[in-house]
Amino acid sequence: MSQRIVIDPVTRIEGHAKISVFVDDAGNVSGAEFHVVEFRGFEKFCEGRPYTEMPGITPRICGICPVSHLLASAKAGDAIMAVNIPVAADKLRRLMNLGQLVQSHALSFFHLSAPDFLLGWDSPAAQRNVFGLIANHADLARAGIRLRQFGQEIIEVLGARKIHPAWAVPGGVRSPLSKEGAEKIRAWLPEAFATTRTALDLFKRVLSTHQHEVQLYGNFPSLFMGLVAADGGWEHHGGNLRFMDSSGSIIADQIAPKDYLSVIGESVQDNSYLKSPYYLPLGSTDGVYRVGPLARLNICTHMGVSQADAELKNFKSFGHGAVTSSFLYHYARLIEILASLEWIERYLDDADLFSQDLRADAGINSLRGVGASEAPRGTLFHDYTVDRNGLLQKVNLIVATGQNNLAMNRTVAQIAQHFARGPEITEAMLNRIEHGIRCYDPCLSCSTHAAGRMALLVRMIAPDGRVLHEVRRD
Amino acid sequence: MAAKTLTIDGTQISAENHITVLQAATEAGVKIPTLCHLEGVYDVGACRLCLVEVKGTAKLLPACTTRVYEGMEVATDSERLRKYRRMTLELLFAERNHVCAVCVSNGHCELQTLAYSLGMDHVRYDYCSPKWGVDATHRLFGMDHNRCILCTRCVRACWHIEGAGTKNVAGRGGKSMIITDLNEPWGNSETCTACGKCVSACPTGALSAKGSTVSEMQHDRSKLEFIVNAREKKQWSV
Repeated sequence: MSQRIVIDPVTRIEGHAKISVFVDDAGNVSGAEFHVVEFRGFEKFCEGRPYTEMPGITPRICGICPVSHLLASAKAGDAIMAVNIPVAADKLRRLMNLGQLVQSHALSFFHLSAPDFLLGWDSPAAQRNVFGLIANHADLARAGIRLRQFGQEIIEVLGARKIHPAWAVPGGVRSPLSKEGAEKIRAWLPEAFATTRTALDLFKRVLSTHQHEVQLYGNFPSLFMGLVAADGGWEHHGGNLRFMDSSGSIIADQIAPKDYLSVIGESVQDNSYLKSPYYLPLGSTDGVYRVGPLARLNICTHMGVSQADAELKNFKSFGHGAVTSSFLYHYARLIEILASLEWIERYLDDADLFSQDLRADAGINSLRGVGASEAPRGTLFHDYTVDRNGLLQKVNLIVATGQNNLAMNRTVAQIAQHFARGPEITEAMLNRIEHGIRCYDPCLSCSTHAAGRMALLVRMIAPDGRVLHEVRRD
Repeated sequence: MAAKTLTIDGTQISAENHITVLQAATEAGVKIPTLCHLEGVYDVGACRLCLVEVKGTAKLLPACTTRVYEGMEVATDSERLRKYRRMTLELLFAERNHVCAVCVSNGHCELQTLAYSLGMDHVRYDYCSPKWGVDATHRLFGMDHNRCILCTRCVRACWHIEGAGTKNVAGRGGKSMIITDLNEPWGNSETCTACGKCVSACPTGALSAKGSTVSEMQHDRSKLEFIVNAREKKQWSV
């Protein structure tokens, strides 16, 4: 009899998602689905609002990467105004996005994921968190928290607050970098570099003892998508879209973000509010693609900064063509922190960042505007359609976690296939499925693991709906 | 002009005949919270924030429209008044869609400032969450009915400072709304002089300069006072 195992995190914070694992008649895992069960409705309730308010509204989607929504939204506004923003504004937005990459990646690595592989997959869930990390690796935990703080400081120096700064606006930004702010960042950089180096060395040691995880945690062929520069270099805010397959072949390149609908389709999954985007020409089965650090490093040829480029070379040696293991998202994340720090260092000496020429002004010159930016978790699209007065008629937001949805399903299935033992739901399987999801750093992980442990409701359900086995952990 | 002697919060003061309790209190340095009151235009007692207790009267009276009289005893602050003022504020927040965090006037809003100062940390009433729209047809200004508290400052500024008579109130009760001319899109108005006095007068983010982003809208009331003073004191006479 085929069965369905449902993992339903009923968190003490907010219910966000559940996981269903499908088991066939022979007791083998045949597939998995990651459901997001919380409805937000931003696309709907933003209708009717002036497009100029969107950089203030959409960052409220999340407190972890509000900057990504701020920037994508401001860029969509630029497109509606049909303006080229001042050079200084573009560089300042980039600087804030680099701060965002550092803080979010540091959170993912140190606070959320490191407890798993430093304290042990099967260590007690009550200790397998950032507090356990503090108890057992105090210096590392402190350095990681400080690295996140460094990224947050950059955001605050530019936008006057760490979370939800209303700083980027359609046409540019509101304020430049201050001299004091620049010096504050500069003084902190050596420590940030040192922490990142420590983390890279640590993760390489983890890799040497975790080949099993590299093989099992979302290691499958898929496409990879992200923004790249005109010369194929690493991008995080400008550039155009590139799709690469797992052999490393570029299958679509330099597609303007405004034309994303020509390459991205969206399927809707029953029982989930998360849409599942796929590469349109190949359909929803073969067109599964991954976004985020792993994808960005796969698709780019270089990062334009020396230390990160050396690491990129090492990273690429893990793949035959593209690097296909989602466990290496962690490595990619650390390399992106390193690259961000090097770029930040370079920006601090750029006179443009202190310019007062920051904001272009224009009316409604295009009734549609698409803004794309690389959020820490992957490419983020904001697509607005407005009326001639600038009021929103239609809003489409394509977020990173959605784009990784199909890949997360496969990752969960792959891990479950290896660890499932009949209808019994084992602790070992739960812990590893959690981490499989955590590799992608979706919002789910920050709302559960950071608070202590992932609260789960796991159910095995027969086709007729009977609950065969239930494990609750809350 | 005969003066009246009255007490405000136990302090005896002397006030000109026919002035309001609000004026008398302001002259005496006593602050009474207001929302619909605007220097330079007449008062209508719409918001009920300035309610005061007057000895001998069971009802609470709006300070902005109540005239002083001889021997009057006024209390501007009491547990009862704080309770009613907070209730009034909560009802204002519940009636329309006031989302400070994403509002163009965040940090520069009289409604928000009052809520902070009166300790309003939550709303006890169900939010009505009505579906009000935004009139963005004017080339310079926008009107977001979601943020309107119907104080009618804009209407009074338009009629009595600018003299254009463009802004009006239509409807009844909770469905009342500020309209332009005979309920035309603002951009189509033939009477609007695009002077912006209504925008300067607005206490919230309901009226704003077009293109404003979060927290960017600061209403400059000093221009209104400047115009009214100049006119009343004949500073422009030639």
